Amino acid sequence: MTFKSARKRLFLVPLLLGTFLLSSTLQAQTQTKPIRIGFGMAQTGALAGNGKAAQLAMEIWREEINKKGGLLGRQVEFVSYDDQSNPSLVPGIYTKLIDSDKVDLVVSGYGTGQIAPALPTIMQRKMAFITLFGTNPNGKFGYERYFQMMPNGLEPAVGLTYGFFEAAMSINPKPTTVAFAGGDAEYSALALEGARENAKKYGLKVVYDKSYPMSTTDFAPVVRGIQATNPDIVFVAGYPPDSVGIIRAANEVGLKTKVFGGPMIGLGYAAVKKQLGPLLNGVIGYELYVPEPTVKFPGIEAFLKKYQDRAKKEGVDELGFYLPPYGYAMMEILGQSIEKTGGLDQGKLAEYMHTTKFSTVVGDIKFGANGEWQVGRPLYVQYRGVVGNDIEQFRKAGKAPIMFPRDMKSGELKFPYEEARK
Amino acid sequence: MDISFDLLINALVSGLLLGGFYAALSLGVSISFGMLDIVNIAHPTVVILGAYFAWWLNENYGLDPMVAGIVMSPLFFLMGILIYRIYYDRFEKEGGDSLRGLAFFFGILFIIEMILILLFGVDYRNVNVSYTDATIKFGLLNVPYRLLIPFVFSVSLLLIIRWAFKKTYFGRAVSAVAQDPLALQLMGVNHIKVKGYAFGLSLVTAGIGGALLIIIQSVQPAAGREYIGLVFAICVLGGMGNLMGTLFGAMILGVAESFTATFAGPSWSPAVSFGLLLLTLAFRPQGIFGK
Repeated sequence: MTFKSARKRLFLVPLLLGTFLLSSTLQAQTQTKPIRIGFGMAQTGALAGNGKAAQLAMEIWREEINKKGGLLGRQVEFVSYDDQSNPSLVPGIYTKLIDSDKVDLVVSGYGTGQIAPALPTIMQRKMAFITLFGTNPNGKFGYERYFQMMPNGLEPAVGLTYGFFEAAMSINPKPTTVAFAGGDAEYSALALEGARENAKKYGLKVVYDKSYPMSTTDFAPVVRGIQATNPDIVFVAGYPPDSVGIIRAANEVGLKTKVFGGPMIGLGYAAVKKQLGPLLNGVIGYELYVPEPTVKFPGIEAFLKKYQDRAKKEGVDELGFYLPPYGYAMMEILGQSIEKTGGLDQGKLAEYMHTTKFSTVVGDIKFGANGEWQVGRPLYVQYRGVVGNDIEQFRKAGKAPIMFPRDMKSGELKFPYEEARK
Repeated sequence: MDISFDLLINALVSGLLLGGFYAALSLGVSISFGMLDIVNIAHPTVVILGAYFAWWLNENYGLDPMVAGIVMSPLFFLMGILIYRIYYDRFEKEGGDSLRGLAFFFGILFIIEMILILLFGVDYRNVNVSYTDATIKFGLLNVPYRLLIPFVFSVSLLLIIRWAFKKTYFGRAVSAVAQDPLALQLMGVNHIKVKGYAFGLSLVTAGIGGALLIIIQSVQPAAGREYIGLVFAICVLGGMGNLMGTLFGAMILGVAESFTATFAGPSWSPAVSFGLLLLTLAFRPQGIFGK
């Protein structure tokens, strides 16, 4: 060995040492830097009520998990943007989250209208995507790393309304005609689509099938139009303002039918329950949690207590029966998947979610091949005995006995509607 | 569907009641856009602000929304004067056309929405007063108080303002500023002050409209956006700046909406309403009651 080559080798030692130290530092930094989860969520606009409530629930999960030391020894951080309830902003938000903010994982904002525009961006980056309350937005995309938190079953549009028809058709004599009404919006259109299929399955004759603009102020003409066709079942799929408007109008007009209700979003909200009070009596409503003795979801009471303690201060839904437990459960699933797969590999996460049965605050969840719940269980309840507008009465069992699913049934359907509402 | 007399008469009355309420929402636009040439696109959001104030006064002091509407009027009047002053200094004084101010009012719209979100959150708000769920029956007619009371209040308000515009010095000055502000200046009248007061009045009607709205339905901060098209359509349909035209324009749209919803299907309502507007613009561009 010459003196020159020995000097060269000597020079390589600190270089290799430096490289080793740098890579160890970088590795350590990667392991200790927070896991960043990105999403767009409605903080303003028409969906903000639900968006803020969901974010509060997700925030509760984040605080709890960080208190326990985080995931994989790393703290969890949220990177979120207000999608302003505007679907056209959603693709830009997710592009920014993934390409510019370099988040590790993404979840969706609230609702079908906000999930569908995010999907193409997510699909291009092949990321696992758990979504919050979309009625079949993946139906046309068929993305295999898509998962959905609404408990509608493998056929979301049909599964969403199946329980309503199961309950309605349990009465004797069986109904023969049905009227459909819903808002001019994506959710209502999909719900009606599923309802038509269910009606066909039960051999019901459709005597009225119309939608109304979301800006409708007075629903009495709509209800009178329905009444003129004299249906046995009146099925309505609406958002909160129109759900309230239709129920008010049904009471004002004195709607005469055997069964009245449907997947009217909003009936699960404290504000709507407070507003309608006794007008809810007799209506078959769509709920995702009610404090009936037959509903046993481990941990939900503890979660709701935490949520309700903060909800009033944050100006969001006081009860939190509708969306918040599912927002929390969504994060539980993501957290469990990260821990079990031991990393952030999108493919492994998606595979794990497809093959695992998760225990959450909304019960056990197993996703099917299309990312929807393997077994759906939307709750159809019949409101009864509601007195006055005090919200406290809804915290106890008895005001919304469950008509569907059968394994959670806690009451018998009262009919006709004009008698049940008394 | 059988078209019975019962259905027909109820659809007509529902439409008239709804139209009366729409008139309250559009009255301020008729003043600001029709008379003062100010495109206040934030008007429906001010209506929502009024609804929130009425809700707050009802929750905390038990005030009936209509009483709340009157109590908060001075506040809305002052807010109107202030907003007009800023608008005048930044846009009108420079001689720019009214459309330039549109961006300004868009800004006001977003600011009000954000203030409402920060103060009250995003949950739906509503009031429960004794008459919201009651109905009155006149033979075949079924009239809900929650529409009847806003109708009576709204029509009365419109008639009082119309009387004031015809019979008082201030009213005549507002009419004059709409027709020829220069002539008014030459006669020694401060036209900026007159316009400020008139704009204040337009926001007072928005506040009262909000108090009526919360009787009819629940509101959330962004609910005003639903009414932007409607209030401007009524203003144009009735005839710019014509208050009786606003009342009749609102009733025409209300009745058209009610008849379409009852007999043809509610999703056709906007098409029929805006079709009527287009027909009016084609045959009477100045509006039904415009000169």
